[in-house]
Amino acid sequence: MATKILLNNIEVPGLANFQVYRELGGYTALEKALKTLTPDELTDEVKKSGVRGRGGAGFPTGMKWGFIDKQSEKPRYLVCNFDESEPGTFKDHHLGEFNPHLLIEGMILGSYALGVKDAYIYIRGELFYVMKILDKAIQEAYANGFLGDNILGSGYSLNLYCHPGAGAYICGEETALLESLEGKRGNPRIKPPFPAIVGLYGCPTVVNNVETIAALPWIVNNGSEAYAAIGIGNSKGTKLISACGHINKPGIYEIELGLPVEEFIYSDEYCGGIINGNKLKAVVAGGSSVPILPAELILKTAAGEPRLMSYESLADGGFKTGTMLGSGGFIVMDHTTCIVKNLLTFARFYRHESCGQCSPCREGTSWMEKILMRIEGGQGTMKDIDLLVNIAKHVEGNTICPLGDAAAWPVASAILHFREEFEEHVKLQKCPF
Amino acid sequence: MPLLKVTIDNVEVEVEAGTTIMNAARQVGGHIVPPAMCYYSKLEGSGGKCRTCLVRVAQGSAKDPRPMPKLVASCRTLVQDGMVVENTTSPEAMDSRQAITEFLLINHPLDCPVCDQAGECHLQDLSYVHGLEETRTVEERRVFKPIDIGDKIKLHMNRCILCYRCVMVADQITDKRVHGILGRGDHSEISTHILKAVDNDFSGNMIDVCPVGALTDNTFRFKSRVWFTKPFDAHRNCTKCSGKVVLWMKGEELLRVTGRKDKYGELDEFICNDCRFDHKATADWTIEGPRAIERHSVISQNHYGKQ
Amino acid sequence: MQENSKVPEFNSETLDLIAQIIKRYPEGRQKSALLPVLHIAQAENQGWLSPGMMDYVASLLQIEPIEVYEVASFYSMYNLKPVGKCVIEVCQTGPCWLKGAENIVAHFESRLGIKPGETTADGKFTLKTVECLAACGTAPVIQVGTEYHESLTTEKVDQLLDQWKAENKISHKNPYL
Repeated sequence: MATKILLNNIEVPGLANFQVYRELGGYTALEKALKTLTPDELTDEVKKSGVRGRGGAGFPTGMKWGFIDKQSEKPRYLVCNFDESEPGTFKDHHLGEFNPHLLIEGMILGSYALGVKDAYIYIRGELFYVMKILDKAIQEAYANGFLGDNILGSGYSLNLYCHPGAGAYICGEETALLESLEGKRGNPRIKPPFPAIVGLYGCPTVVNNVETIAALPWIVNNGSEAYAAIGIGNSKGTKLISACGHINKPGIYEIELGLPVEEFIYSDEYCGGIINGNKLKAVVAGGSSVPILPAELILKTAAGEPRLMSYESLADGGFKTGTMLGSGGFIVMDHTTCIVKNLLTFARFYRHESCGQCSPCREGTSWMEKILMRIEGGQGTMKDIDLLVNIAKHVEGNTICPLGDAAAWPVASAILHFREEFEEHVKLQKCPF
Repeated sequence: MPLLKVTIDNVEVEVEAGTTIMNAARQVGGHIVPPAMCYYSKLEGSGGKCRTCLVRVAQGSAKDPRPMPKLVASCRTLVQDGMVVENTTSPEAMDSRQAITEFLLINHPLDCPVCDQAGECHLQDLSYVHGLEETRTVEERRVFKPIDIGDKIKLHMNRCILCYRCVMVADQITDKRVHGILGRGDHSEISTHILKAVDNDFSGNMIDVCPVGALTDNTFRFKSRVWFTKPFDAHRNCTKCSGKVVLWMKGEELLRVTGRKDKYGELDEFICNDCRFDHKATADWTIEGPRAIERHSVISQNHYGKQ
Repeated sequence: MQENSKVPEFNSETLDLIAQIIKRYPEGRQKSALLPVLHIAQAENQGWLSPGMMDYVASLLQIEPIEVYEVASFYSMYNLKPVGKCVIEVCQTGPCWLKGAENIVAHFESRLGIKPGETTADGKFTLKTVECLAACGTAPVIQVGTEYHESLTTEKVDQLLDQWKAENKISHKNPYL
């Protein structure tokens, strides 16, 4: 059995209640940290653990914390990014709903390490019911002395609040999230400066994903070495993979990084194979933004090595034959799937979610969607396929924030790997599926 | 503070710390200056949005000579000592600029023949240099109806490129903002939401900062093509602003009053609505003389233009 | 744009709640409470944000009305036009599409006799398509108010509709209560 760091006890009834979480060893990491670790020692532990940002970018968390401006006299903030909206990704939703105290304990640990006095959990507005679960858990944590003034007599004080979004994928981009938290439109900021220097209310700020924060209690309890011992290469620890699409057992799985993709898809412990015994056609392995891969390239790298669930192995081959681990949103498609139509739903999504601030993303996402609608609807031309590739190329890398890349990669990769299917739509003047 | 050395398209210039690539290029002038559709030096926080000024940084600095991984917005990227920038000398930057120009045009109505901005439109200039010869879109364009925002300003949302300059003018120059960017993504628009008049002593500057014909002067609407008018520098004693303006004359008739713009199309000073809209008699003004217009400008086509 | 004739006013309980929310942000940063307060305002205004309601929110937070319009029109959960008593939001993004979201939309359309974006003539239901709701493992998914309904089939849709009709379902309730 794989080590369970995040989903341990998740099925225990009532885990969302303070008492149950506490009886299962909850908040012991916080007690340990406040008694035995200075904030800098705790930051070092996080650095040594090798944990990386689990929201999608995979940036080393300890290094991100290291960037925070400690010379500044302004208050510092820690903000949890619970704006989970990347198609295929539903892990934070699950964690927050069933184990809210784990996230809260992690937030207190992170805040202590960073010298934060007020921390926020920014949760997408659609998950209001999860926010209420978190709010209740936060009240319990206050009532038991784990939040508020002078936590456990340590002299350290922290306030933690939840803040709802209101329907905007772009707020998962950390500077858009901060704008939104300030009560503004979710327009990403132009960087630099980065949030570690100029973040919430112009103050030094760290924004971390739910899953990243939730790993902190285990790291404190078991030590950074134990965490770093799990996984493979620079992919340390465990990762939540939310699996969906044409598989027998969709759901959230905690894997040790390095698990073979083939085992993840076909083993009964995980996805349990493809529905109705169908043939695997393609996988989007890390949320809708990452390049789609056909069956042969997701199971094995171009060099014929077994593909592993890790940052490095999934990226092997670059964008020609590889993809990315991203947020761990694992979307599986069987042989009955129309790649063009699936892409069209993604293109619609990115057009809908573009903030509209910069021209390549605002115009490019909408143009790509319109062309895909024509191709799927049987009105496309062969020229349209190349035009799509060309538009994607010019959106990518030219925008203020990564949404442009996220919108371009699915288009570029789908045409790269499934060009004949686009051509078939054009030749038949209809969708062949 | 020691000056920082930056090389832009093989031209070396020394600038103060805190200078952007764009402003370093402007200190030199000429073809190395990237076009700016959203950046406006007099508006705080402007720039970074239109992406027309993207350039390649071939060398980050003397200390860290690595190139920057992506093209950068020259209007928002600070110069480092020893930085090497490629604007027109970078095929990649030129290719992107052509694409950005196309993006800005796919929903633009191309109604230049009936647009009052024609002849002094930055999007026209941009397309002239960087536009494709033919359109690659067959898609329908976004359509909005022209509306009056206040009795003096016409909003043609179809022509807007969402540069945010007029929003910043309202925020930074006027005492109350009633218009803004509404909606999201490709449905974003400049609007007041419920019809409200933009009515303020300095609101007319929104017209002058607009790079396209989205915000035009209702008092000048369809009066004349700008190249049939002659600009004169003039001033009057004004209690609200400097009173230094440009009068746009057709024969003896004063058709339009605007602020004075520099060679990058930016106002030297913001002027008040009294000067702009309410003094349309030449007797109200002390005329300093004909305004120098760059010879290449379409405005110089029908008259002198000694420089 | 429709105007509400009367100036809205929250009761003291709601005003207390809003005061509490504002306290979560630093002094002078009350604009931070805009998104939470708009959720409440929408619920108190039959599920949509009228200009009058937005102006009221602006006055509560001491900001300009345009700042509220800009924000309200950015976020997809805010309705700027009147909606039915029960707003049904069907996810249509990739993972839900793979599992038959189009059939679910079509079934709602035929049962309610409306297209997405429309409201039934009796004002009871509004049908909306939305983008990813982060519940892809139990696709297809819909949201009604703060409730998620997952792993939908046309049979389940029938059951839900019957139930909502019987109980005269109202989806807009103050989500904090």
